[in-house]
Amino acid sequence: MKSKPSIGVFKFASCDGCQLSLLDLEDELVALAGAVDIKFFPEMSSNMRSGPYDIGLVEGSITTHHDAARVHQIRKQCQTLVAIGACSTAGGIQALRNWGDTQQWVNRVYAHPEFIQTLSMSTPISGHVPVDFELRGCPVNKYQLLELVSATLAGRKPNIPTYSVCVECKRRGNVCVAVAQSLACLGPATQGGCGALCPTYDRGCYGCYGPAESANSTILADHMLAEGRPQDQVLRAFRSFNACSWPCRQAAEGRGLS
Amino acid sequence: MSNPVETRKKSGTIRVDYMARVEGEGALLIKLKADRVQDVKLKIFEPPRLFEALLPGRHFLEVPDITARICGICPVAYQMTAVHAMERALGITVDPMVRMLRRLLYAAEWIESHVLHIYMLHAPDFLGYRDFVELAKDYPKQATEALRLKKLGNRIMALLGGREIHPVSVTVGGFYKTPSKADLQPLVEELKWALDTAFAKAKFLGGFEYPDFEQAYEFVALSHPSEYAINEGRLVSNKGLNIDASQYEDHFVEQHVKHSNALHSVVRGRGAYQVGPLARFNLNYSKLPEVARQAAESCELRVPCLNPFKSILARAVETVFAIDEALRIIQAYEPPPAPKASYEVRAATGQAITEAPRGIQFNRYSFDEHGIILSARIVPPTSQNQKRIEEDLRELIPSIVNQPIEELTRRCEQAVRNYDPCISCATHFLKVKLERE
Repeated sequence: MKSKPSIGVFKFASCDGCQLSLLDLEDELVALAGAVDIKFFPEMSSNMRSGPYDIGLVEGSITTHHDAARVHQIRKQCQTLVAIGACSTAGGIQALRNWGDTQQWVNRVYAHPEFIQTLSMSTPISGHVPVDFELRGCPVNKYQLLELVSATLAGRKPNIPTYSVCVECKRRGNVCVAVAQSLACLGPATQGGCGALCPTYDRGCYGCYGPAESANSTILADHMLAEGRPQDQVLRAFRSFNACSWPCRQAAEGRGLS
Repeated sequence: MSNPVETRKKSGTIRVDYMARVEGEGALLIKLKADRVQDVKLKIFEPPRLFEALLPGRHFLEVPDITARICGICPVAYQMTAVHAMERALGITVDPMVRMLRRLLYAAEWIESHVLHIYMLHAPDFLGYRDFVELAKDYPKQATEALRLKKLGNRIMALLGGREIHPVSVTVGGFYKTPSKADLQPLVEELKWALDTAFAKAKFLGGFEYPDFEQAYEFVALSHPSEYAINEGRLVSNKGLNIDASQYEDHFVEQHVKHSNALHSVVRGRGAYQVGPLARFNLNYSKLPEVARQAAESCELRVPCLNPFKSILARAVETVFAIDEALRIIQAYEPPPAPKASYEVRAATGQAITEAPRGIQFNRYSFDEHGIILSARIVPPTSQNQKRIEEDLRELIPSIVNQPIEELTRRCEQAVRNYDPCISCATHFLKVKLERE
């Protein structure tokens, strides 16, 4: 009998939320654990075995020298390497340091900054090793995660749409919060996958799934400024959980806002 | 990559290079000499993400969404503590129904987090498994029920906040959107099932074998005159502490430990303390509803309980409480006239403490007249328990030092998990090192 495909789950700088999504698959977890060999998933099991792994799921961003080396070791052991979540695909909220003075920030937080070893930048996994797929979201959608694992095991392309949040709003029948309530909404430039949660809850999308495919975030930033929103508010809107994703950077910096 | 977990007896050193079944990345190092504890290190190598430095410059309305990202396991705790701090700063009183909805959201996080920790992370220690999947093979009914309970907690969070991890509905003054009465009604039937099930499970957990180990703890928790405290109350302890959140920084200090990178949170003049379910149970037992007290009786958890291994039972009792409370709130709920209170922004400073599933969390924020954050301070529960975890280990080891090394290691890991440590939250406490005199 052919052995079951193996999975490793690896963590870098992150909140644990994306890997927790696996444990939040309450109806599918036991079946999933039966279909694959979960060889390395420390948050779930003390039974940790070394590679190689058929699929590596990587959460978190790279913020230390040690992690920058470790991600290469993990890449070597994983046939397919998937980055899950905003930290691993865009550097996460901790990438705000990339526009700040990291040493000053460390001094601000720690009494003994000399003991803290951290890089001045927080960078996505793809900045260090080739990545086979990036699953967006802060956190990822657990059903997209399940689809991704299933598709990879079946050798097919995962069905993960790259259209914008606006498409999901229309599908849910939401009245546009940007038009009807004049709320600042990143939905037109943000990739769907969440199910248009924020507009459904009467607030503007804050972009936690990062830029949609061919999103024109610069036009959106122009539009927000033309509506009379203060520059600093528009800058902060783009500079959040996916600040490092280039169209967002373009929107923030191209307008001379930085 | 070398084997991440290595347990070996070499010069009396026990190393667990990668702690499993905790949230975040940590390691444990214990040094023994002639069966005496030379050194205990709970080493946390979770990289720092510098939240207190990235918050200044943001608007206070952005804070709950940002601080939620400190921890995917208890995002509601971060959102709640942040909005309470802002509301205290601006003198905002929320609608009573908004207050109840927040309590419902928080109770749902307790259910999800407690059930996750009891069955997926901690019960395998008591029953001799490496993980929940192994446990599920031998205890399919217990496992299936646990998953259904956990799912219910997640379902309530998703209903109120859009999703269970980093929900999107909480804001200063209330919610962006509040549910209708009809939205909540479908939960009632499942909650009734959950109440019976969680009650029965407390008894099941009471049947585990508990090590004979007690410590003279200082328990610290919020206490409220008329309810089992979650969102608000005064901070009290069994050693006479009784303060408002605004006085927290006068009574708790971060202490330098010799030969250590870490700052330990201690009660000024007294030392280590314990926060979390066991602290709450001991301090607020009289505020528990009858059904939760009966659940405690059925698993023989009694006040005062000084055995940290029985924290799993306190979690089970609090799960019963949280389900009962959710039912009570849903049955009394009427939608508030407005989802959030209106308020004017001015320069202010506010502090708040709330009860995260694993213990109190303190936040302080100062912002300017435009609402832009000037400074932020966040003290998560795990950093407060950390010194106590190490002290437990130092006291525990001499009593089990003659056991085989595998058993000794397993027991030490179990003792760390008593506190449900969330290392993602606690990265201020790097490379902890303690040395015995």
